[in-house]
Amino acid sequence: MSLYQVQKLIYQLNRDPRTRERYASERDSVLAEYELSDEERAAIVEPDIGLLYVLGVNGQLLMHFAALHKIEWNDYLERMRQGLKLHGAVREGVYAATGYEGVEAHDVRLKREREAG
Amino acid sequence: MPLVYCGACSHAPGITARAERAGTQTRQALHNALFRMGDDIRATKPDALVVVAAEHFANFFMNNMPAFAIGMADSYEGPIEDEAFLRIKRARVPGNKALSRKLIEGVMQTVDVAYAEEWKFDHGISVPLHFLTPDYDLPIVPANINCQGPPLTPLKRAWAFGEALRAAADAMPERVALVATGGISHWPATPDSGKINEKWDREFLERWAANDRESLLSYSDADIYRDGGQGGFEIRTFIAAAAAAKGAKGKIEFCEPVPVFAVSCTVARMQLAA
Repeated sequence: MSLYQVQKLIYQLNRDPRTRERYASERDSVLAEYELSDEERAAIVEPDIGLLYVLGVNGQLLMHFAALHKIEWNDYLERMRQGLKLHGAVREGVYAATGYEGVEAHDVRLKREREAG
Repeated sequence: MPLVYCGACSHAPGITARAERAGTQTRQALHNALFRMGDDIRATKPDALVVVAAEHFANFFMNNMPAFAIGMADSYEGPIEDEAFLRIKRARVPGNKALSRKLIEGVMQTVDVAYAEEWKFDHGISVPLHFLTPDYDLPIVPANINCQGPPLTPLKRAWAFGEALRAAADAMPERVALVATGGISHWPATPDSGKINEKWDREFLERWAANDRESLLSYSDADIYRDGGQGGFEIRTFIAAAAAAKGAKGKIEFCEPVPVFAVSCTVARMQLAA
């Protein structure tokens, strides 16, 4: 797992036109500059928005990475929901660290906590 | 000169990116409130507008994340986002390096702020400017509080940053305006986007308008996450603006939850003594 490396590559792609150009023309050499697992590399290349979300990529990075790939907003949201269904809860990062588990599970947990007083 | 303007507003990308998905009446009311805020800022004849934003990985990443940063350049670029997505054209926005430097030197007396001679705007600054200074005719000083990459800047330090900005601005001959931008409760860019805790938002804005330091700083990050989502961490920018108002009370000029924009869209102003 190297969420830091995944996010760093997405950060550079989002903000830096030169990195985007290089990624378009020599993708493998750009990817080789980051320490990525096979799963992470495949998720970026696809791009598998649902898996990237479950891997823990911050939405503020992922939203713009999706926009770069011309993924429409509702589709973007749906891909993350499918990711949770397919791969389970967010594994790492700000959403995992703070107990993020998706809106339905989150509401159920809050209700349970309230009832438990 | 004492700070000439102090306010806060939303910066949600949906405001421009998905504009037509909100009801016409809501959208127009929000746009009018933002345009009025721009008029109010111009009416104070500022030499520069400090935008205290919660940026989203446009400049700062977990390789070197400052708790606070201020831009120090004669121009900035933005937005970084895909133009077709955000529907704001990439542009060069004027800054004022000398003015920034004075401000930074002032802030540094009490807060260890990072400075940056390069700064790319993201929606956190570009969406507000699209309405406040659509002609990009007012020099901008971007400022940032880390609301994104934990460990986050503590709320009491966001307050100290606001105080430091105020002291620095007051000590300068130039007329400085300040706008904080951010969401209150929101779950941005996640499957929960669109969920809004309106009650929590209004309670927070009451505390902000009362400029009640103790209650504004009483939230823990666990509280914020539970009630306001990870986007709620951006209340740090509002808190800095409250501190910069130096005891003045605020007025909420617009607040309406707009799920398709993912936040309670807000325009608010501190009533600084003339």
